[in-house]
Amino acid sequence: MVTILFDGIAYGMLLFVLACGLSVTLGLMNFVNLAHGVFALVGGYVASWLMNRHGVSFFLCLPAAFLAAAAVGAVSERLLFRRLYASSHLDQVLFTIGIVFMSIAAVEYVMGPQQQRIVLPPELRGRVEILGGSIGVYRLFIVALCGVVALALQYLLIGTRFGSRLRAAVDDARTARGLGIEVNTVFAITFAVGSGLAGLGGALGADVLGMDPHFPIKFLVYFLIVVGVGGTTGIAGAFVASLLLGIADIAGKYYVPEVGAFIIYAVMVAVLIVRPQGLFARAR
Amino acid sequence: MTAPASAPLSARSALSRGAVPPLLEWAAWAAAVACVFVLPSKLLLLNEIAILALFALSLDLILGYAGIVSLGHGAFFGVGAYAAGLLAKHGFGDPVTGLFAAAGAAALVGFVTSFLVLRGSDLTKLMVTLGVAMMLFEAANRLDWITGGADGLQGVVMKPVLGLWDFDLFGRTAYLYSLGTLFILFMLARRIVHSPFGLSLRAVKGNALRAGALGIVPGRRLVAIYTLSAAYAGVAGGLTAQTTQFVSLDVLDFTRSADVLLVLVIGGAGNLYGGLVGAGIFRLMQTWLSGITPQYWQFWIGLLLVVIVLVGHERLTRGLPRLAAAALRRLRGKADAPGSTRP
Amino acid sequence: MTDFALRTTALVRRFGGLVATDRVSLEVARGARHAIIGPNGAGKTTLVNLLTGVLKPDEGRILLAGEDVTDLPAPARVRRGLARTFQINQLFPALTPLETVALAVSEREGHGGDWFRAAGSRAAEVDEAVEILGRFGLVSVMNERTAVLPYGKQRLLEIAAAIACRPRVLLLDEPAAGVPEEERRDILAILAALPADVTIVLIEHDMDLVFSFAERITVMVDGAIFTEGTAAEIARDPGVRAVYLGEGD
Repeated sequence: MVTILFDGIAYGMLLFVLACGLSVTLGLMNFVNLAHGVFALVGGYVASWLMNRHGVSFFLCLPAAFLAAAAVGAVSERLLFRRLYASSHLDQVLFTIGIVFMSIAAVEYVMGPQQQRIVLPPELRGRVEILGGSIGVYRLFIVALCGVVALALQYLLIGTRFGSRLRAAVDDARTARGLGIEVNTVFAITFAVGSGLAGLGGALGADVLGMDPHFPIKFLVYFLIVVGVGGTTGIAGAFVASLLLGIADIAGKYYVPEVGAFIIYAVMVAVLIVRPQGLFARAR
Repeated sequence: MTAPASAPLSARSALSRGAVPPLLEWAAWAAAVACVFVLPSKLLLLNEIAILALFALSLDLILGYAGIVSLGHGAFFGVGAYAAGLLAKHGFGDPVTGLFAAAGAAALVGFVTSFLVLRGSDLTKLMVTLGVAMMLFEAANRLDWITGGADGLQGVVMKPVLGLWDFDLFGRTAYLYSLGTLFILFMLARRIVHSPFGLSLRAVKGNALRAGALGIVPGRRLVAIYTLSAAYAGVAGGLTAQTTQFVSLDVLDFTRSADVLLVLVIGGAGNLYGGLVGAGIFRLMQTWLSGITPQYWQFWIGLLLVVIVLVGHERLTRGLPRLAAAALRRLRGKADAPGSTRP
Repeated sequence: MTDFALRTTALVRRFGGLVATDRVSLEVARGARHAIIGPNGAGKTTLVNLLTGVLKPDEGRILLAGEDVTDLPAPARVRRGLARTFQINQLFPALTPLETVALAVSEREGHGGDWFRAAGSRAAEVDEAVEILGRFGLVSVMNERTAVLPYGKQRLLEIAAAIACRPRVLLLDEPAAGVPEEERRDILAILAALPADVTIVLIEHDMDLVFSFAERITVMVDGAIFTEGTAAEIARDPGVRAVYLGEGD
């Protein structure tokens, strides 16, 4: 029971780190980016490549995955995505699906179609007994790291000047510009950080979720549900939605394996029926 | 300020014009039938094009006329395919009955899910359409004692179409059967989009606030078109199952939903012809490109999507008819002055 | 009681801390030519949105010909005879004026859900649409896409679409905003020619238009009714003048 709950929390935290960037770009900036998973793909592959080919320590691979994905995010925002902020949702959908397809094919061409293996360092293997449940050390590590990330993000958004600038830019870009806020820079940084976190999530999750070229499509629906169920008010909703989803998914697969894969959709439907705008809707 | 006496008549014809096929279209249908004799070795490919055209037409009904962006339209295609396939596998091999079953099953799924799809923002629509499609894929995968799972549904045996024409190896019956179905459903779709109902859908898509101020309640209309669109997609799936006598899991794959979006965007949404034109271009391109790099065909699809958006698909679809018109003019110029010097 | 075409009782609407509509009790007699004026930000458009059902009031009731419509959505109020125009054009860019007006007529007649008949197959409805377009001088452009029409024509179509609903109460939200002088006169002439039992509520900024049209005038300031009276009374009222001059307008 404790084990399952904890596994679910770890899984949910992982989903949060993977999807929180999207909850800002899609939820707040209203940019439909179905290619968000590509950044996770970048992070996962960079980590496994560094580890397996160059023997870099796992603990160094994580920041490297973040930086690589953030860099790819920053460049692609500058060259591609920025042009589409004002486009119709249909255009954004088509464009970002195109990016997903190209990335999948490119990764498959360069790295092959097989799943990437990440061998955890010995410190993170094994299990510990807590509250009468046996918990994987790596799960514990994920929860701790993702928890820190979530708190840092919340502070960044609520407590800093950058956060208030971002909220102003999202609310009304024109007024924000008038106030002297560099809206383009704010969006670019936001996009890069969100991409970087997805990359971090990809590296962290490679062991738990599996990492192969089709990752961006396999987890697209999870990302959308995190944002859609969480609502479009900020990352707190995404956090709650991620945990809910993670626990429901793991518990469902454990207790009712026959229908376990459908639990997340049931959660989605239930939330939609009760609160069509997501758990945390903006008060209007 | 008063209207000229001829105005009411011209207004009536302006409002009804779209409901009648133009001459050029009849020529195109005739050409499609003539393909049976002109391209007898390509009938299997042509059959696929006709089915893909119907599938894209079904998407056009919701995307082009009601502005609903779907990431999971393949769900209805898949439901239709399994409905028709299962029916035939269990001894009810009459094709037309199978198509009605496919349409009915897909329409039912469409009707039920429409209430979720139409509930919220575009984000909700994307999430729910994709979610429903993934869920059905998972279901088809799990229920392998019904669907055959990853191995596909085998043993689909079809009776002759209308009790007269047996399916043959060259795809002759299959093509004509699919083309006939496409023709009937296309004509029906044309009636529908040019009716007051179709007009009100375009109004809701264009400006929901004003539509409400004219007394239009969008809910029921959107449910109706979503259900109809699902039925159309189901028929396309049913045709695939019947003419290939096989249903594999990939009828429910995400790429099918993405491909049909691309097909419609290539041809242009919101004019009924887009799906037909797009299906032809898409399939021919696919044949050509996968001849070069069979494994990485998806890369080119992606590139095409990106380019289409960057160039602007509206500019593209307006450009195509202009190109066609220019080509037609040149042809006509040649016909008018045979043997004369170049214009 | 049913003499009032439109009546509100202590209508309140807040946006956060701001009270946009402050206990507005309005009574508009059947067949009236009633204007609501007030400086910018007085809450006139919010009031229209409350009356038409685009917004829900926090307090108070709205009665249309004696029937409580407070909880009805916008389309239901339209079907009960309450039509409106918008301050900023709300049209269908991809539809033609003919399609727009014909659509409004067929919805009114309950044929909007017809899915098999061609849109132009009901001759009487099309003829009516053309007649309405004729009144607004829009017949010559009735088959153009609305998006490409000049602004003045779009403004006329805005009113034509509302008239096609054959309203018993017509709410006009600054119909002449941005319209050149000649077409302004056309609008006035069309409104003057509407049947006497159609109640018209005009929200306006332009005083000339208001005084040449309205019999009764309600003045709103800061979301509340400041005063109400006949056109002559309002014209004489020093308080009203102060409100307008005070705004530096």
